[in-house]
Amino acid sequence: MKDKVVCYFSAAQSEQPIIYRLVKNYDLIVNILKADINPQKEGYLVTELEGERAKYEEGISFLKSLGVIVEPLSETVMWDEDTCIQCGACASFCPTEALSIDRDSMEVSFDNSKCVICEMCLECCPTRAIRLHFEVQGAAR
Amino acid sequence: MAYEKTYEEINAKIRRGEAVVVTAEEVIAIVAEKGVEKAAREIDVVTTGTFGPMCSSGAFINFGHSNPRIKMKKVWLNGVEAYSGIAAVDAYIGAAQLPETDPENKVFPGRFTYGGGHVIQDLVAGREIRLEAVAYGTDCYPNKKVDTLITINDVNEAFLFNPRNGYQNYNCAVNLGDRTLYTYMGILKPKLGNASYSSAGQLSPLLNDPHYKTIGLGTKIFLGGGIGYVAWNGTQHHPNVERGENGVPRVPAGTLTVIGDLKQMDPNWLVGLSYVGYGATMAVGLGIPIPILNEEILYYTAVKDEDIFCPVVDYAEGYPYKKPIDLGYVNYRDLKSGRVEINGKMVVSTPQSSYPRAKKIARTLQEWIKQGSFELTQPVAQLPLADAEIDFKSIPERSPNGFTINR
Ligand code: SF4
Ligand code: SF4
Repeated sequence: MKDKVVCYFSAAQSEQPIIYRLVKNYDLIVNILKADINPQKEGYLVTELEGERAKYEEGISFLKSLGVIVEPLSETVMWDEDTCIQCGACASFCPTEALSIDRDSMEVSFDNSKCVICEMCLECCPTRAIRLHFEVQGAAR
Repeated sequence: MAYEKTYEEINAKIRRGEAVVVTAEEVIAIVAEKGVEKAAREIDVVTTGTFGPMCSSGAFINFGHSNPRIKMKKVWLNGVEAYSGIAAVDAYIGAAQLPETDPENKVFPGRFTYGGGHVIQDLVAGREIRLEAVAYGTDCYPNKKVDTLITINDVNEAFLFNPRNGYQNYNCAVNLGDRTLYTYMGILKPKLGNASYSSAGQLSPLLNDPHYKTIGLGTKIFLGGGIGYVAWNGTQHHPNVERGENGVPRVPAGTLTVIGDLKQMDPNWLVGLSYVGYGATMAVGLGIPIPILNEEILYYTAVKDEDIFCPVVDYAEGYPYKKPIDLGYVNYRDLKSGRVEINGKMVVSTPQSSYPRAKKIARTLQEWIKQGSFELTQPVAQLPLADAEIDFKSIPERSPNGFTINR
């Protein structure tokens, strides 16, 4: 299985070789998507974890046993209207018409409520006007 | 005797604030309603526009001298190399150039997040740019190294000089293969998964003057949000191609070399682009006014998307390996509808060129002319015309050392 999670660390936890253990002891493929650790060594890590289901769950329990708060990642797609040049390329890749073109004016608009975060549109935007935004709650507890 | 107007007459009307100026989109309905003859008497200027990725763009910059003076051998702007084998402190930054540290396609498909086009956009936006230069040092130019920050206001000249812009028509790109392709026409999904096109169609400058009757050397234009000029025909200008009855080429044909002062341009109209798996380039805003000198010229400006056809080209084998694969033609009305029929299949179409922005350019130019701040120029020479005998050349395969060239 493969899933994205946010791990919130405290200073003590961030000094331990957590990633190493996840890889070594639980055979997980760890792909770090985003990390922010402050000078006090508190912070969060957004990772994609991949591995066998049983090992995956053991890995998550291991993190929790250390006191790391692990939460499923909530992502949103952000469309920066000012950066967008209205080329329309993204809309033809969007399966849900969250990004859509008004065929009269050829103008592109984005309806967040229709977005299923499939990420199809991210690669095709030449201006990088579409970004993935990770929801991270405040600082680490 | 057919009705004729001169450039002088049109400019006199512009100066008096009386010129009738319409966009290349508006003119379609006017001609449909009033007919060519009546409309040609009424309309003085038709404005066009296009805003899309335009490779073969770049800018000349003269940095001024360091103290002591330097004869720059290599120059980098924000880590992107500019060509400096021109003189001591002149350089040319190309839109497609990448930083030396760019991972390119080593991890495929590469992201190409920053390149020459982004440098030009940053310059025009007035942002600070890191300028690095190295030199070997001479008696007259002893300095061997420069590493500093500059803005566009610190340089003597900065002018855009794009050797090939405003392509008159372009291919519609598809993928007949079975893996996703990452091209300069964007992402092409396998097995005819989508069809990518890049032209403003009925608003595009050279599609509104298919025989280059008014657009020529010296024509004053909208370029990058400011004023520019047509300097020459563009590279790969190939006017002698198959054309429809309306004179419009059915394949990529004419191109323009354009020039203009970067210092009066706008970062909204020169935008650095990143094409996944392909590279970096720049979207250029280009708009050209067409003086309605007679009925024939007006007739051409009334061209509609449905009457402009472009060839469907396979980018799996056809384009890269020059294999002739006939996939027919599609028109821009169908492309803009979001679906086109290719090989009997309905295919989703992917635009690359921004129609709303093209329209905005045509409208801006319309406003400038109406307000009297933009007059028209008569070309000082024509572009090579449709009866030119231009061969479209390829690199010859010869063996400089007597060895056979392996493919
Ligand atoms: S992430 Fe998917 S659903 Fe959301 S806008 Fe992009 S293509 Fe559409
Ligand atoms: S691909 Fe990017 S620039 Fe083009 S319309 Fe979509 S968001 Fe805008």
